[in-house]
Amino acid sequence: MRRYLRVLSAFWRTSLLSELEYRLNFLLALLSSLGHAVGNFFGLSLFYHGQGSLGGWPFFQALLVMGTFTMLSGLSRVLLTPNLQRIVEHARTGTLDFVLLKPIDSQFWLSTRRISPWGLPDVLFGLSMIGYAAHRLSLPATSLLWALVPLSWSCVIQYSLWFTLASIAIWYVKVHNVTEVLNGLLAAGRYPIDALPPGAYRFVFTFIVPVALLTTVPARVALSQATPGGLALAAAFALGAFVFSRAFWRFALRYYTSASS
Amino acid sequence: MSLPKRALVKWRALCALSLANMLEYRAEIYLWVLASVLPLILLGVWSRAAQSGAFPLSSVEFIRYFICVFVVRQFTFIWVIWEFEELVVTGNLSHQLLQPLNPVWRFLASHLTERIVRLPLVAGVVALCFAFYPGAFWLPRPLDVLRATALLGLAFIARFWLQYMMSMLAFWSERAAAIEELWFTVHLFLSGMIAPLDVYPEPVRRFAELTPFPYLIYHPVNLLLGREVNLERALVVLAAWGAFAFLMQRWLWKRGLERYSAMGS
Repeated sequence: MRRYLRVLSAFWRTSLLSELEYRLNFLLALLSSLGHAVGNFFGLSLFYHGQGSLGGWPFFQALLVMGTFTMLSGLSRVLLTPNLQRIVEHARTGTLDFVLLKPIDSQFWLSTRRISPWGLPDVLFGLSMIGYAAHRLSLPATSLLWALVPLSWSCVIQYSLWFTLASIAIWYVKVHNVTEVLNGLLAAGRYPIDALPPGAYRFVFTFIVPVALLTTVPARVALSQATPGGLALAAAFALGAFVFSRAFWRFALRYYTSASS
Repeated sequence: MSLPKRALVKWRALCALSLANMLEYRAEIYLWVLASVLPLILLGVWSRAAQSGAFPLSSVEFIRYFICVFVVRQFTFIWVIWEFEELVVTGNLSHQLLQPLNPVWRFLASHLTERIVRLPLVAGVVALCFAFYPGAFWLPRPLDVLRATALLGLAFIARFWLQYMMSMLAFWSERAAAIEELWFTVHLFLSGMIAPLDVYPEPVRRFAELTPFPYLIYHPVNLLLGREVNLERALVVLAAWGAFAFLMQRWLWKRGLERYSAMGS
């Protein structure tokens, strides 16, 4: 465990240093994130003109969901997306051999090798939205702390979905496009699940692309409105998705034949 | 052969080549179509919100609006900046410079032919939407389809030149695509993609109308829906932006080439 932590800090230090070469781009990324945050806030407010509402959620409760979404998508830009390109490169050029030979879990190595600070502004704006909404709703600090539990499940679910798709790189090098589809679908997570029409929509976004578990469940916990069923489903999904992602990676490796063969 | 005729022969060869190329990569293109489902998510959210709130559009109108947004977006989707950035950063642009043809025509041909490859899946998604919401089914008037096609064609060209103009930044920075991300953020919120401009507060709406963005999504969509659109104005605005970007990219291209020194040379 100690060894993994030491390796992790070395990975992150080196990748941060290389990304800080591009300071102008960081500024552009910051502006882009700010634009997204302002736009999303504005977009959400549009639903509340003339007695409108989002599936019965008052504005500031819905803002809690949007803040959670913004933060999670920022986290995935920091931790997950920068590694995808490298997984693809390793699979394509055959350098995955070297990774597999290292005395360290290959899934760990591939998922943590790089981080990028580009998503940090999103994390920050997401936290600000949550903070502002919590303040306006005067939520007690304990509920917010409790919400960290389902939020950690959300991180696990998001990671597992992403890594499972990234494993497809063993067969199909243009896997970037597959993760874009996932990102496109996850965009539904900026709204509470009740905002979607009942039926097919809610089924897809709860069980197939579980955005309801990613953002609505943590927000419900913060609002002290969580249902045991929802919590159990989120916990089970997180565990199941993580176990599946590991099993799927092992399965994919069986088809890995290096580059020259 | 006369000059225009030779250009036409070249152009047809380019398009035939790109089409074959794009058909080879159709799986990826289909994934891109599926990645742009945001309008279909918003379709669900807005049509449900409209059942209880008082909005200028009815639930059915929202459904139609977002189906049109989905379709219109497929035609104005441009990615040249990522490809150009890679060419410059890797130095592969040098191979293209050896040919007696400006690389931009290759990009334009691949963008154009890619639309054809997209069509079947786009039609499939639209059919699925109508199967899901049979009450929202409608057929745009043939004249409106014609007018929308003209506007969309111009929107595609203008957007292509605007993004190609920004691609020229790759000569000066290694990550030119970051500017496109910023552009897209503004595009997302001002073009009518997240909601019809009718539900915007009046000042925001008036501000959006001053930018080129609503002409890329909102106005073409309204044409398809048979709503009132000032077509002449839309055509003039898009043509002006397209012409500006075209001239700018030519100027920047010349400046950039003077700076360009291929990696490894």
